Amino acid sequence: MTAVDTVPRPAKVGSFRSFMSRRASLMPTFAAVAILILIFIGAQMEFGNFITPRNISSLLLDNAYLLILAVGMTFVIITSGIDLSVGSVMAFTGIWLAKLLAGGTSAIIAIPAIVLGGAVIGLLIGVLIQYFDVQPFIASLAGLFLARGLAFVVSLQSIRVENKAVLWLQSTRWHLGSWYITPTGILALLVVAVGAFVMQYTRFGRTIYAIGGNEQSARLMGLNIARTKVLVYVISGTCAGLAGLVLTAYSGAGYPRNGIGTELDAIAAVVIGGTLLTGGTGYVLGSMVGVFVFGTINTVISFMGAEQSWTRIIVGVLLLVFIVVQRAIVARAERRR
Amino acid sequence: MKTLVRHRLFWPTAALVGLIAINAIARPAFIKITIRDGELYGALIDILRNSAPLMLVALGMTLVIATRGIDLSVGAIMAVSGAVALQIIAGSDEPNNIGVVAVAVGVAMLVSLVLGAWNGLLVSVMGIQPIIATLVLMFAGRGVALLITGGKITTVNSSPYKVIATGFFLLLPVAFLIAMAIVAIVAFVERRSALGVLTEAVGINPEASRLAGVRSRGIIWGAYIVSGLLSGIAGIIYTSNISAADANAAGLFIELYAILAVVLGGNSLMGGKFSIAGTVVGVLFIQTLDSTILFLGVSPAQSPVFFALVVVVVVLIQSPRLHRLARRVSQSRRAPQAASTPEEVAA
Amino acid sequence: MTDNADNAAQAIVEMRGITIQFPGVLALDGVDFTLRAGEVHSLMGENGAGKSTLIKALTGVYAINAGTIAVNGATREFHSTADAQAAGISTVYQEVNLCTNLTVGENVMLGHEPRTAGRINWGAVHREAARHLSELGLSVDPHSMLASHSIAIQQLVAISRAMVLDARVLILDEPTSSLDRGEVEQLFGVIRALRDKGVAILFVSHFLDQVYEIADRITVLRNGRLVGEYLAADLPRDQLVTKMIGRALDDLASLSQTADRAVDRSGIPVLTASGLGRKGTLEPADIDIYPGEVVGLAGLLGSGRTELVRLLYGADRPDTGHVEIQGSAAKIASPRHAIDRRVAFSSEDRRGEGIVGDLTVAENIVLGIQARKGWLHKLRRAEQDAIVADYMSALDVRPANPAALARNLSGGNQQKVLLARWLATAPELLILDEPTRGIDVGAKADIQRKVAELSQQGLSVIFISSELEEVLRLAQRIVVMRDRKRIGEVDAGAMDLDALVEYIANEGKESAA
Repeated sequence: MTAVDTVPRPAKVGSFRSFMSRRASLMPTFAAVAILILIFIGAQMEFGNFITPRNISSLLLDNAYLLILAVGMTFVIITSGIDLSVGSVMAFTGIWLAKLLAGGTSAIIAIPAIVLGGAVIGLLIGVLIQYFDVQPFIASLAGLFLARGLAFVVSLQSIRVENKAVLWLQSTRWHLGSWYITPTGILALLVVAVGAFVMQYTRFGRTIYAIGGNEQSARLMGLNIARTKVLVYVISGTCAGLAGLVLTAYSGAGYPRNGIGTELDAIAAVVIGGTLLTGGTGYVLGSMVGVFVFGTINTVISFMGAEQSWTRIIVGVLLLVFIVVQRAIVARAERRR
Repeated sequence: MKTLVRHRLFWPTAALVGLIAINAIARPAFIKITIRDGELYGALIDILRNSAPLMLVALGMTLVIATRGIDLSVGAIMAVSGAVALQIIAGSDEPNNIGVVAVAVGVAMLVSLVLGAWNGLLVSVMGIQPIIATLVLMFAGRGVALLITGGKITTVNSSPYKVIATGFFLLLPVAFLIAMAIVAIVAFVERRSALGVLTEAVGINPEASRLAGVRSRGIIWGAYIVSGLLSGIAGIIYTSNISAADANAAGLFIELYAILAVVLGGNSLMGGKFSIAGTVVGVLFIQTLDSTILFLGVSPAQSPVFFALVVVVVVLIQSPRLHRLARRVSQSRRAPQAASTPEEVAA
Repeated sequence: MTDNADNAAQAIVEMRGITIQFPGVLALDGVDFTLRAGEVHSLMGENGAGKSTLIKALTGVYAINAGTIAVNGATREFHSTADAQAAGISTVYQEVNLCTNLTVGENVMLGHEPRTAGRINWGAVHREAARHLSELGLSVDPHSMLASHSIAIQQLVAISRAMVLDARVLILDEPTSSLDRGEVEQLFGVIRALRDKGVAILFVSHFLDQVYEIADRITVLRNGRLVGEYLAADLPRDQLVTKMIGRALDDLASLSQTADRAVDRSGIPVLTASGLGRKGTLEPADIDIYPGEVVGLAGLLGSGRTELVRLLYGADRPDTGHVEIQGSAAKIASPRHAIDRRVAFSSEDRRGEGIVGDLTVAENIVLGIQARKGWLHKLRRAEQDAIVADYMSALDVRPANPAALARNLSGGNQQKVLLARWLATAPELLILDEPTRGIDVGAKADIQRKVAELSQQGLSVIFISSELEEVLRLAQRIVVMRDRKRIGEVDAGAMDLDALVEYIANEGKESAA
């Protein structure tokens, strides 16, 4: 009469089911990869010269800033939080960098300074959320206001960058045949690699997943929730600072109006890459796929000569499809229980 | 119950009054109101007039938040609505014809209603999280508005349309009257009918409300429809003000200010009990603060810094941790109770 | 008992003179409590007796105003749950506090994952986890997702985790509420194994049978004070109950008499359901009920009782079957349909699906009526006040303040408010799912008495309770369920507890001749 659930089921059924249950959280990411491949194939068939080393290399170059933002956003979203400030922080750090450089500060001092600035804003947001029980939405909203306003305080107009070091970031290409990569691209990939490693192989990263799964449980399990939750926002702010550097290098100037709505791009990329906005599941590599999906759609749109606003619309539709499918899967799982 | 109401509206109102007082001291002209050409004129009147779009958006946001949701798409809906109205007027031969203007306004309102219904469908029928559901329209909406205007800023020259935002009626700005009328209607409907308390029930405990027989789905859906419609009207007022449809700028960040107004008014982001009066006070506070900042010579682009401070102060005040700290500070040292002997119970 | 009887059981935790004061409430008043190695100790008391407060003091959730806590002889002060854990005290709560989005192995080792050169060694994580699990006799696959296992297994994983942390003291807070009989036995096996290893176990449960089955020692609290500490073998059940509530319990016996009345089954049933079922949830089942009748649903946890009544009420949608109310066909696909046909339902999850916490008691009571009237027509204030006052006095809701927020009431009073809400809609059929679960004995008696009274006045009631005595006491007929399927129906008057248990156990198989 004792029906114990632990007796291993017959090998075939059991191993498939356990394979599926282990891989279930990877399904959305697989879907994103599939979509990326589909878009590539479609574009290649349509334009004939889409999949070239030059185009793919420029994909990384053009979206390096978004890639870095998406890594930081992944950390935050997995804890079931959200950071709406990253676009504005990126603009602030970008224009501040330009101003510092234009004022004669050397890059060796200016760059760490602005990244630190991003980290400090992230710290403020994290402290508000963790120690004052403010919802992530509102706290990062305050960060958004603060950063956006500060960007205009630094300068009401754009500031060109003449600094050699930063221009080097922008103009250097390291070639491998027809492929090329820039320092900013390497930086972005490095951020992705570090992010993925931290999430998978450190206790800090596993604590992030635990918090996203069930914060109350994670606390009762003795994990250091407070420090982790604050740190993810510091990380997000740091990434925004780095993104400010990358974007300024890319465009050769700081511009206080940069990044309006970019946090949404980052969130969309992260969601399309397979991270649930409810927290607890997701992968940094998945977010990278999401960024490439976003960037590829952008490239296709410009190839077609259509208006840029179509990118947002298409990504919006894609986002919707992902969300609805995610919801349907969850609903089916719930009903089965 | 009275003490509860006093608690809720007291601080927001006090803050508003305080801010007005500070302004009045710094620049006595602030509270000066004169009559010119049958119109009231003064800084306070400007605040009332300029607050209209935010008032409407925040009103819709209050209802949505009460159902434990959020509507991030309000700015985008504003942009779409303005674009639709202006395209109709611009495309007609008689932009000054009231009939044309009426049709433009009507169609724009209809479109925003549909967009709101779309949000409501995602949330109440498909069960998608409100932040996510409205994110989609926030994301794609401006793109749609841009497509409607063909990627440029549509301008019109239509006096009837212009009246909406800049006209005066019985001494008061038309925009303000429209906003106040709508606020009054919504407040009346919410409290006179059972819609208010049922909405609160849905926000506090959706499942219990469903089992109790409350038509939760309809109530939640309705909240998003209202939010969409009100955002559409706000978009009409905004574009009427500048006689142009700027899809990128219309309602930019307004969702954030709206949420701030709702929170400033003492409403909880977790849903449940709500106060429209609180939101009204919150909106007026924000507009007054905006005016104060401008007066201080701060560039409008830099004003968000001040609002960041406001957000921080407000949430700190509402923070439970702060209350705990305050209580601990004001309490005297706890006296340990004397241990009493355990009862012996006859076996 | 066990070999422990030979050694003087060594005290691991000694709490002396514990006093905890909240604003306006003295939750604990000088309570002594001891946990000994190799012993299962049960803490008993009604709601409000101070049980959970004492546990929270021991686990570092609450600070104490006076008294001492000593672990292994050394006095300790706990400022957080981490402090308690560091002292070797682990707790497994009723809502299993693990992360369902992670694997079993990760949950077991979370925070203590073995690392090589600073990075987590996943192979070692799962190997270690498997080792700890097998020490408790579990063969769960560490690579599997925690969410893919039943609550019972998740709980056992939580206990394994406690052992990873080298717990000397294990606190189990209401661990059996969601378990079926087989799972309870498995849990008890694990508990005994740990006890024999010398762990001190604190077992909190309101299922008296289970307490007597597993506990070696019992401590009773009442109104924040210690009543006494006893060996389980020396404390007969009725004495335990008497100590817990401070008065004898025979006033409930009189209720059985009221149930033993004849019910007129010659007319149209209030409700008839045939073949009502839902894929994966309930096999097609029949049930009918006549005016003024109380029909009980009996069965073990997971037998499908709640699922059946939720289908009757439209809380869930049935896939098969049809329902007739007062003889005419009724389509019940949502609670609204049921309410329109004068059916009422009180969910077993009072907090999550019943009470609307931030609304007042008054608003909660009239919610059912208001929902039915729709949003357009608000109940007039005078009418609302009258209804609320009536029901609050009829059901003795305390505190007698209609403006109090519902979430501040005790469980028993919240259940009364729910009952009031439904009675106010003047239903013809009232479905009560576990209305007396987790309620103090006094309120329990009140509610049972009310049900009996109402049925005598003509209301039909479908009554679910895990306590079979309750069902026997109140019902005329009992529909028996097992494993998501109806297995039979008995006449309550002709049954006693043992016979009913046997019926549940044997039906479906070849019954003994």
